[in-house]
Amino acid sequence: MMLKVETLDLFHGDAQALDQVSLGVDAHSVVAIVGANGAGKTSLIRTIAGTHKPARGRILWHGQDIAGWPSHKVCELGIGQVAEGRQIFPTLTVRENLETGAMLKRAKSKRHTNLERVLALFPKLAQRSRQAAGTLSGGEQQMLAIGRCLMGEPSLVMFDEPSLGLAPAVVGEMLRTIRQLASDGLTVVLVEQNVAVSLKLADRAYVLENGRIVLEGTGAELLADDRVRQAYLGL
Amino acid sequence: MPFDFYVTVAVQGVLTGLVYGLMALGLSVIFGVVRVVNFAHGEFAVVAMYLAFLGFAMFGLDPILAMLPIGLGFFGLGYLLQRHLINPFVGRPEHEQFILLVGLAIVLVNGLLMLFGPDTRHANLPYGFDSYEVANVLIDKVRVYAAAAALVVAALLFAFFRWSRTGMAIRACADNLLGAAIVGLDVKHLYALTFGLGMACVGAAGALMVVLADATPMLAPAFTLLAFTIVIVGGMGSMAGALVGGILIGVSEAFASFLVAPSAKSMFSFAILIAILALRPQGLLGRKQ
Ligand SMILES: Nc1ncnc2c1ncn2[C@@H]1O[C@H](COP(=O)(O)OP(=O)(O)OP(=O)(O)O)[C@@H](O)[C@H]1O
Ligand SMILES: [Mg+2]
Repeated sequence: MMLKVETLDLFHGDAQALDQVSLGVDAHSVVAIVGANGAGKTSLIRTIAGTHKPARGRILWHGQDIAGWPSHKVCELGIGQVAEGRQIFPTLTVRENLETGAMLKRAKSKRHTNLERVLALFPKLAQRSRQAAGTLSGGEQQMLAIGRCLMGEPSLVMFDEPSLGLAPAVVGEMLRTIRQLASDGLTVVLVEQNVAVSLKLADRAYVLENGRIVLEGTGAELLADDRVRQAYLGL
Repeated sequence: MPFDFYVTVAVQGVLTGLVYGLMALGLSVIFGVVRVVNFAHGEFAVVAMYLAFLGFAMFGLDPILAMLPIGLGFFGLGYLLQRHLINPFVGRPEHEQFILLVGLAIVLVNGLLMLFGPDTRHANLPYGFDSYEVANVLIDKVRVYAAAAALVVAALLFAFFRWSRTGMAIRACADNLLGAAIVGLDVKHLYALTFGLGMACVGAAGALMVVLADATPMLAPAFTLLAFTIVIVGGMGSMAGALVGGILIGVSEAFASFLVAPSAKSMFSFAILIAILALRPQGLLGRKQ
């Protein structure tokens, strides 16, 4: 197993955001994490990424415990993140934003091929390469966030609500891109408000409620589950 | 009063102002990225002045050359200070940072007083009284050298931030800290580098200052205040603003001490500060929040 999370606890001050969370991600699979607002999805991603420090539990990356590692060391392992709210650098140019993604040791030598790949994936970014990233539209900023992450040569990418706040036409494009990346061999953890779509895409899925995993199974199993259908699909 | 006199005063003010600007640039860079206000800024400048003075008194080392080793040493000192002393305070309430840095300032000034006493020290450069005469305007040679050196250091810093990868990474941290952590930038290291660069500016400026003013520990609080005034006038976080602000304050000081009295030289500077705060609070080249 590529990534294995074991009984993870996380606190924001006194408030517990993750409670005994365990999950596994196989290489080259898509894992969806489903949950209501405030369930702890972002907290989980950020704890794996090393920007939050867990109180207890283990995060095993190919068997090595990386819980509590600083984020730059975690990124160096090949764990990338397309964060909630995109988190691009608004005053840097589009090109510079992409370059910041390639400052990892693992990615430095492959900078040029990765840049070509990203610009082929998102031709819009090539047109706007000298523009300040803050002037891009929401959809373009999301493309930039994905492109910047790919510049770091990740083997696992955690997407946190990549379609949030985007126009419906762009949402489809974004999800097609993620499906494409997954079929090219990228391992994907996907948090997506569009639950039906993300479960269809997922090999495995987990439902998070109040910081706890309450349900897990294959994407198809959860799509058919009555509780999921009622709570998240409105059926 | 002949017109040439005014031109002379203005030129001297611009030249001094560039050195002030370099000092303020250090403060501005540190605040713009690390978001820590270096309340010991002027104190560090005076430490650098004493080092340059000692280099000159003991080895005859020209302060304008001493700027290089002092700047380098201050870079290392700044890196270590940020990494080990200040970093734990990043993100903590402002009054805690304030107490830490003011405490540091007090230690530095009193350390200087213990070592050197309160007397002023003057570096008597062999070319200290030489001057250039350009169309009836007399310009001190030392000021020209010091200003040129300050400009070179500032230009190198601009180029570093604009074109180097590390400079780009530091700008990214200033832009979006969470974003920087997400792409895997080592934020603590970059913060320490930034603090080191800011300190290198103060170190270099302090060394150059020895040719413009006599060293005494009592200058330290005045320099801290001066750097603050310049950064606020020029615009918080704007590198060009620090230089422009430095020149403006340098010229205003020159005219105030010439037209009123040397002891009143800060008078115009504070008037400018108040005017800026009232009319353009983001500073001349600062961006609106
Ligand atoms: N930095 C923080 N400080 C304090 N509490 C936090 C912090 N970040 C998150 N929380 C709290 O932790 C809980 C989980 O938040 P989290 O952002 O992980 O949820 P989420 O599932 O990503 O929600 P959303 O769908 O709204 O993005 C929430 O109750 C939230 O208020
Ligand atoms: Mg979230």
